[in-house]
Amino acid sequence: MKNDKNKNREVCDSYIRDFQGFEAQLNGQSSTPFHKERVKAISTFAELGFPTTRQEKWKYTNIASLIKEKFELASKKQINARDLGPYLFRGLEENRLVFVNGFFSTELSTFSVPAGVVIKDLNAAHDSHSELIEKHLAKHLKIAEQPFAALNTAFAQNGAFIYVPRNVVVEKPLHILYISDPDGKPFHNHPRNLIILEQSSQMSLIESHHGAKDDVYFNNFVTEVVVERNASLDHIKIQDESKGAYHFSATQAKVARDARFKSTGVDLGGSISRNDINIEFTGENAEARLLGFYYATGTQLMDNHTFIDHAVPHCDSNELFKGFLDDKSHGVFNGAVLVRPDAQKTNAFQQNQAILISKDATIDAKPELEIFADDVLCSHGATIGEIQDEHLFYLRSRGIGEEMAKAMLHIAFANDIFERIKIEAVREKLENEIITRFGEKS
Amino acid sequence: MISIKDLHASVDGTEILKGIDLEVKPGEVHAVMGPNGSGKSTLANVLAGRDEYKVTGGSVSYNDKDLLEMAPEDRAREGLFLAFQYPVEIPGVSNANFLKAAVNAIRQHNGEDALDAMDFLTMVKERLQLVEMDQKLLHRSVNEGFSGGEKKRNEIFQMAVLEPTLGILDETDSGLDIDALKIVANGVNKLRSPERSFIIVTHYQRLLDYIVPDFVHVLANGRIVKSGGKELALYLEKNGYDNLMNGNGKA
Repeated sequence: MKNDKNKNREVCDSYIRDFQGFEAQLNGQSSTPFHKERVKAISTFAELGFPTTRQEKWKYTNIASLIKEKFELASKKQINARDLGPYLFRGLEENRLVFVNGFFSTELSTFSVPAGVVIKDLNAAHDSHSELIEKHLAKHLKIAEQPFAALNTAFAQNGAFIYVPRNVVVEKPLHILYISDPDGKPFHNHPRNLIILEQSSQMSLIESHHGAKDDVYFNNFVTEVVVERNASLDHIKIQDESKGAYHFSATQAKVARDARFKSTGVDLGGSISRNDINIEFTGENAEARLLGFYYATGTQLMDNHTFIDHAVPHCDSNELFKGFLDDKSHGVFNGAVLVRPDAQKTNAFQQNQAILISKDATIDAKPELEIFADDVLCSHGATIGEIQDEHLFYLRSRGIGEEMAKAMLHIAFANDIFERIKIEAVREKLENEIITRFGEKS
Repeated sequence: MISIKDLHASVDGTEILKGIDLEVKPGEVHAVMGPNGSGKSTLANVLAGRDEYKVTGGSVSYNDKDLLEMAPEDRAREGLFLAFQYPVEIPGVSNANFLKAAVNAIRQHNGEDALDAMDFLTMVKERLQLVEMDQKLLHRSVNEGFSGGEKKRNEIFQMAVLEPTLGILDETDSGLDIDALKIVANGVNKLRSPERSFIIVTHYQRLLDYIVPDFVHVLANGRIVKSGGKELALYLEKNGYDNLMNGNGKA
């Protein structure tokens, strides 16, 4: 126990040393107001250290392997347009932002957007949109109890900056690609996204994360989302990191009156992946829909933590997470909902369904409902199941091979999630991806 | 076509089939009748390759191949089709995707190219008419929310699409009103051909007024106790199974 503590301390110190090096190469940026946040954040991280399973929020998620690993700051890497091919969606016209090892690639990024819309890397936005940055960056996510978010804030430099002005509808989805290629040198990397949708604006965002084979690296994302009155954001996140990667992602969304935020997470890769999605309703009649699909094999650990803060009346939250766990993989779902005393007429639904393909796979699912208002509709449920033999037999009795039949039934199970992905090219690619992976397994 | 010899099978350790012999030649329609619990459905399921039914003895040769050695999907690819007594609902799998996967698996097995979306749709639409089913059904999940009659019609529709050489109907008529029964029977009759055989498992003689069999077999207590022509079904209708099983039916 004591050794673990020392190890944790030692590793934290190495990140703090890295921060000093990082600070030194910031030049002009170290004089921005945001830099004060960085400095605060690194000291918060130094106090907190990495979480252990003794902490409630990390009870089921042991990150000892992350702490054992040695990472250095990421370095720039060039890739070709051709390399993007496998990550794109067939026939989809998209705006595109590409980051490689966290660094923005101007050459590979392409977009054409309506007047007033801003899509750029955060680094550049510090100069061009300092007011918005000052107003929003690191203003929504609380880092006090979140060491990963604190670490991100300390190192945050690159990432996507998106601003959609009032009444503007961005028709083309924006695809943000995060590609990691450590070239044998495990890195730690802390991209930061800031997404601001002004009143009655609308956009779709597809975030996809890619790595290769067993490459080891540590990606630690924070995304702050501000959805202002009556605006609508559809956010899809596809996590397909390498099998050796550590992927941490915290999303903090503020959803204002009459606004809608939809988040669809798909987890396929990573050695350990952890998504924290926090929703804060700031006005009545707002809606949040959180969908999640995960497919874990080997010894993968996939963790989804959600927190919905029903601070005001008449808001709807709806969460549906579904996943497959094979081999010795481990799934975690923790869904916290807080309905504050004033939040009458709240609707909050939450459902987690896992299929354990192997008897060695495990799932820990925990709902956490705290309800302080009396006129509310809240429900939660968790089920664990397996594919029904009679379904499998029915398909096989029509000539469909066993593997294909299983894949079809798996897709059917996940269909509740996939049918809600409105961008057809994305849905198709994901479905094919899952079928292929099931095929490779069996 | 199919030659069943001294077939024994058990479910959960209980022997249900106690030595079945049955020979079906191309183009023939055989009705297998019998009281509840006689082993009719077990026979149908054993032939289709259902796991829970353990074959404990005997042999089944299908087009000169050992049927019992084949996986369920291979039996289907070789032209065997079971219309289920209780077709399952499979939420999330559309009828269209399901049938397309089945058609193409069978075509691939026969060394044919996969059908493209257009050709598949044309073929399927034509077969839908055979059982008077709406095209909208293609986009619904397999059997989900279907009435009993719709499920049975869907079985016959699938059979029409997959064009088996041996169709086994497991109590397809049970629970059908007369209109649905006529539609189902009509579908089967249109599929009859000199190359295609049927084994029709039924509890009620009524179906055989519409699908006229070449042979009728009576199954009781795991054995075929009597075989004859279509007139045997009428005899059963009049005199009941008990009469026959008590040994009075010897004729």
